[in-house]
Amino acid sequence: MTEGATQPVNRISLNGICKRFDALQLFDELSLDVHAGEFMVFLGPSGCGKSTLLRMIAGLESLDGGAISIDGRRIDQLPPGARNVAMVFQQYALYPHMSVRENLAFGLRNAGAPPDEIARRIDDATRRLEIAPLLERRPGQLSGGQRQRVAIARAIVKEPAVFLFDEPLSSLDAALRARTRIELAQLHQQLRTTMIFVTHDQVEAMTLADRIVVMNQGRIEQIGTPMQIYRRPATLFVAEFVGTPRINLVAAQVDASSGRAVARLPDGASVATGIQFAAPPADGAMTLGVRAEAIRPVAPAAGDTDGTVRVVERLGDRTLVHVALADGTLLTAEDRGDSLLQPGDAVGLTIDGNAAHLFAADGAAYHAGAQ
Amino acid sequence: MMAGAANTRTAGGWRRWSGGLFVAPYLLVFALMLIVPLAVGIRLSMTRGDLFGIQGFVGFGNFTRLFADPVFLQAVWNTLLFVLLAVPAMTVIGLALALVLNHTARWAAVLRAIFFASTVLSVTVVTLIWRLVLIPEGGLAAVIARVIGAEPVAYLSEPALALPAVAVTTIWWGIGLPMVLFLAALQQVPRDLYEAAALDNASRARTLLSITLPSIRRTIVLVVVVEIILQFQLFGQPQLMTGGGPNNSTRPVVMFIYETGWKQWQLGYAAAASQVLFGMIAIVAMAQYWFSSRREAA
Repeated sequence: MTEGATQPVNRISLNGICKRFDALQLFDELSLDVHAGEFMVFLGPSGCGKSTLLRMIAGLESLDGGAISIDGRRIDQLPPGARNVAMVFQQYALYPHMSVRENLAFGLRNAGAPPDEIARRIDDATRRLEIAPLLERRPGQLSGGQRQRVAIARAIVKEPAVFLFDEPLSSLDAALRARTRIELAQLHQQLRTTMIFVTHDQVEAMTLADRIVVMNQGRIEQIGTPMQIYRRPATLFVAEFVGTPRINLVAAQVDASSGRAVARLPDGASVATGIQFAAPPADGAMTLGVRAEAIRPVAPAAGDTDGTVRVVERLGDRTLVHVALADGTLLTAEDRGDSLLQPGDAVGLTIDGNAAHLFAADGAAYHAGAQ
Repeated sequence: MMAGAANTRTAGGWRRWSGGLFVAPYLLVFALMLIVPLAVGIRLSMTRGDLFGIQGFVGFGNFTRLFADPVFLQAVWNTLLFVLLAVPAMTVIGLALALVLNHTARWAAVLRAIFFASTVLSVTVVTLIWRLVLIPEGGLAAVIARVIGAEPVAYLSEPALALPAVAVTTIWWGIGLPMVLFLAALQQVPRDLYEAAALDNASRARTLLSITLPSIRRTIVLVVVVEIILQFQLFGQPQLMTGGGPNNSTRPVVMFIYETGWKQWQLGYAAAASQVLFGMIAIVAMAQYWFSSRREAA
């Protein structure tokens, strides 16, 4: 470990990236650093630009401005094959007329690798991914999961500086997706190579990432570890996009005169938050954000507010209770797995003010604790 | 048990044959329009017939006569040579055009339309255009020859040049079909294969050989087989451009059949020549199909 060479290398820097599609300005001066050896996930809804950004790193999309470099070496003017990156495509993009072995060897042959080196790398990758029995088959003779493994093996044999994954799990069924997710995490632990993974699935992002880049409409909303993104969402968009069930968002009047903000809900109830303001908005109108696990059902009149149970979702380990407040506002609360609540029951709700967030009209977020 | 088994057997029998009802209309048309004429033609080829009907059964006499007839053998040779000239050129040029014009840009769409335009012309118009192009006195070919300082050549009067000239005319006329077939095939190749190849450091030549051509292999086979069948039936172009000359050098088998059958009224003899042409097309097309499907299996 004292050797510098054993440290992971291959830091990726994106600087001032601009991209236009005709009239649409997708990226305007976007900058981002991916640390060496990091598993970075680009997360966002369809059309937010996450795949385009990945394809720009791969060299499959051009830049209208800015620079991309790996370890300080500029790569954005190099052809895709010269960038020392490997990509796993959403639909795998295996060459259908070549055997698995030929698929794995194709890139290495083009790069002029000697035959024994090609054989060694194929051997290594097939052992890692347990696809040795498939080597002589064609992609058409493989199942979806097997194709996925071959596509990952084709990336591994190149021993690239960076792995790029473009929604590689989206074509798998749920069980296989969960298994492959774990295998990808293990692969990253073994290889310690920088990986960039694009997905719109927040569970994939949360489980795989060292850090997540949440994107929306060509802009970066937040960069952070999964728990930072979850606990301290930088914007209203991040709070809404990450977390299942969706965060409760309620229009609230905020009074910060006593130091810590007190939010008044539409039904008149008050929630004392742990949030301290330097300068609260003049009219006090904000959005209160509370995740379901911070709202607990209690006996009627024993909590911060009261309501009527509308829907009960039993998930086994916990129960989601959808409660309508007196003014009709719907809140999702979390109860124990063996909750006895039924639709129509009157309940009280306690709201954990220290886990609450406040969002200003411009989307900026405020959390309890140090700002 | 017994009754049940018998029932199943009856039901199975009905099920097995009920499907036949659905294909029966087609089978009927197929038999009437193709099988019956083929059988009649084979029978006719073994008779001596003229304007007034069949005069007598001659067995394989027409065939032995054909293979001793220098005009027929010349026609067979001309046809084979023409297919060898036209089909590979059609395939290669059609593919090359498709590769260049497989583009979303406006200029590509315009050029696609232009290259396909000649296909919709009738053979009379096409041969008229090319006779004007090839005419030694003031034709386009002659003008070009003079510009580069050469003597104009009378392509359609030179025995060695007339058939290639007919082939060039045919390629110009028919290049639209292979081009659009190849274009359709190229647009079916998934774009991410090319992206994967780009990331795999493949040169343009390597991408063409290892990605594009294997991906459109079925269409290449289709184009070659279709063109072989089409070009074996060469008739209109030499009929209108050269009349089969000079010195029989452009007379194809179909023209031989036409002249023997409808000018000299030797119906049995012409029918025998038709059977030979049918056999030639079938053998070459099947050989091509067998060869390519064997390579696919390998």
